[in-house]
Amino acid sequence: METVWFCLVAITIAGYVVLDGFDLGAGIVHLLVARTDSQRRLVLKSIGPVWDGNEVWLLAAGGTLYFAFPGLYASSFSGFYLPLMVVLWLLILRGVAIEFRNHMEGPLWRPFFDAVFAGASALLAIFYGAALGNVIRGVPLDASGNFFLPLWTDFTPGSDAGILDWYTVLVGLLAFFTLAQHGALWVAAKTDGLPQHRAQRLSRGIWWVMTGLTLIVTGATFRIQPHIPESLAARPWGYVFPALALAGLGAMIFYIRREEDWKAFYSSCACIAGMLTSAVFGVYPNVLLSNAGPEHSLTIANTAAGSYSLGVALVWWIPGMLLVAAYSAFIYRHFGGKARLDEEEAY
Amino acid sequence: MDSALALHRFHFAFTITFHYVFAQLSMGLALLIFALKTAALRTGNERYNDAARFWAKIFAVSFAIGVVTGIPMEFQFGTNWARFSKAAGGVIGQTLAMEGVFAFFLESSFLGLFLSGEKRLGPKLHWATSLLMFLGTWLSGYFIVATDAWMQHPVAYSLKANGQAVLESFWGLLFNPWVGWMYVHNMIGTVVTASVVVASVGAYYLLEKQHEEFGRIFVRTGVIAGVLSSVLIAFPAGDRQGKMVARFQPATLAAMEGLFTTTKAAPLAIIGQPDTEKKRLDNPAVVPGFLSILTYRHWSAEVKGLDAFPPDQVPDNIPLLYYSYHIMVGLGTAFIAVMAVSAWLLRSGTLYRVRGWLWVLMLMLPFPFIANTAGWMTAELGRQPWLIYGVMRTPAGSSSQVSSGNTLFTLLGFMGMYALLAILFLFVTHREIEHGPESPAKLPEHVPGSSASTTF
Repeated sequence: METVWFCLVAITIAGYVVLDGFDLGAGIVHLLVARTDSQRRLVLKSIGPVWDGNEVWLLAAGGTLYFAFPGLYASSFSGFYLPLMVVLWLLILRGVAIEFRNHMEGPLWRPFFDAVFAGASALLAIFYGAALGNVIRGVPLDASGNFFLPLWTDFTPGSDAGILDWYTVLVGLLAFFTLAQHGALWVAAKTDGLPQHRAQRLSRGIWWVMTGLTLIVTGATFRIQPHIPESLAARPWGYVFPALALAGLGAMIFYIRREEDWKAFYSSCACIAGMLTSAVFGVYPNVLLSNAGPEHSLTIANTAAGSYSLGVALVWWIPGMLLVAAYSAFIYRHFGGKARLDEEEAY
Repeated sequence: MDSALALHRFHFAFTITFHYVFAQLSMGLALLIFALKTAALRTGNERYNDAARFWAKIFAVSFAIGVVTGIPMEFQFGTNWARFSKAAGGVIGQTLAMEGVFAFFLESSFLGLFLSGEKRLGPKLHWATSLLMFLGTWLSGYFIVATDAWMQHPVAYSLKANGQAVLESFWGLLFNPWVGWMYVHNMIGTVVTASVVVASVGAYYLLEKQHEEFGRIFVRTGVIAGVLSSVLIAFPAGDRQGKMVARFQPATLAAMEGLFTTTKAAPLAIIGQPDTEKKRLDNPAVVPGFLSILTYRHWSAEVKGLDAFPPDQVPDNIPLLYYSYHIMVGLGTAFIAVMAVSAWLLRSGTLYRVRGWLWVLMLMLPFPFIANTAGWMTAELGRQPWLIYGVMRTPAGSSSQVSSGNTLFTLLGFMGMYALLAILFLFVTHREIEHGPESPAKLPEHVPGSSASTTF
């Protein structure tokens, strides 16, 4: 039962990253691909009706993690106190920038909000990556399953590392380029004219950076967290996850070259899902690794809620999420096709 | 009290109070927008659609702030209240996750559809999206109130040896006896807020002699919804919730009422300042015997005072609790009076012309926000010194490894961030209100120098 919920939490988090990832990415690249006010409004319109709903996946993932693994939620949220608060502020700034940009007239404030939108999106991507890096590297858990990390110490991933060390920053950069790519491909698929062409051109360049970083991060990960290669050796079927990531990466450049924007975007979804599931598979059955003695690691067994609670939640969670998938699909279809500026509509 | 604990408490109190200013407006407006859409569909009067579209714009801004300030609430359970979360997450995580899965997705998805899909959807489907928005926001409210209700009155759980609460009954949690009246009371409170806001903007238009047709629609809508909600919130909702407090949290009731000694035929204090050192109410103005009647429906019934409970069982901030409760009740009574007079003037057909009374309606704007905030403060201060009533004390629930320095850092950060949000909200809503609800299509075309150029 714990394993089922481990998978469901992982799926929800992957859903959040794939969905909110493209609007984060659109935020990262929009200054580059859209230069005039109407082009930027077009990019914003392509995410306008859905970014709010995408962000709700974060709430759903948080809520699911909370009741399924309360021990993990308590330990990790208090231990990652500072970066989480920074993430919250960035989410606020980003939401404000999107929401209030259209309420401001004149040339003074709009570029300002555009810069806030881009900056907050970029930092969020880096922080999310760094968070994943911390989960992989491990944190100094004590016997009662608690820890507290400062934002940085000396940038080396030893036992007194902070949130940011060279390894987690590297993962952060990979996340930044991965989501920038995701957003560029979304913009290419959802717009036409100059923003589309610029996004297509940009995605070719980013692909090389992303591939290079993927190789470096993979190498570093195997060195820093031996648990991951051990997991793969013990359960070789798990190679399906990194294979998914690689296939996504390969298909991405194939479709980018053929200018098949939607297929390139779906490849990017597969690539992101593959990367996340590889990491998650690698740490299982741990949920938070201790780098101060493996006996302190948090596992699905010592952090999960009671079995009645987990069982009864399946009954509402699965139909609930199917419902979510159904009306998300409806809304994406409703707003399908290329985004167009229409002066009479609210966005 | 050690300073880290005080900061954790203030951190949560500050962020939730700010969040709820917007959440209450959104939930109340969702109902009124649905009512306006229904009126438009039934009467075919396009003005109702214009009015709904106008309030949907305000709703959208308020909802967006509600979302970005709501995510920190869920996070803070883990960041600032880790020991509480570890103990209670298996139970209340359930209702919090249900809010995300069932309610939140519904609201945010259909808000996007409501705002930008009117033409494509047609009138009936557009009306349906307003219904789904309303259901979504009110469902959200239910899950949050159910979460709080478990902290007020924990049920359907058992305690493991390590102090962790384990859920025993799913339906028991969802239909906690505490939930029903608290939910009704709370949701009617949001309708009072939205009614007063709508009536107040309408009164402003009539006083300013601009957008007067909408001024009349807003005043009428606000007053009708306002008179119903301001009465219902007191009776039966408030009355029943008060009885629930008397039954399950008698020490809280005594502190709310400022009743220091156990008394037969207990008086109801209207004003007065509790002096916790001398254990008495200074400068009291009381209605004799009324507290006994309200609580037990009996003139001479005995009501337990604070002296009937050990000192470690009574709320730790009696004066603030007392004032919160009295501000809520005082304002609630004032709302009934103002709305009843307004409804009478509306019926007699003179309301739109009585400028003095329109001033009263307009100036009411901030007070329902204060009353709702005071109500929640009554509930949460009244729960003290418990975090989970009777099970876990507040000092036992905070994150032990998050220092006061780090907590103060993030508290100041939130204060700055929320000050920015408040300024932007006021700026944008002010602009929307000045701009008015006229639909661009209805304006005369190409009138030189007309206000049409301000539409975007």
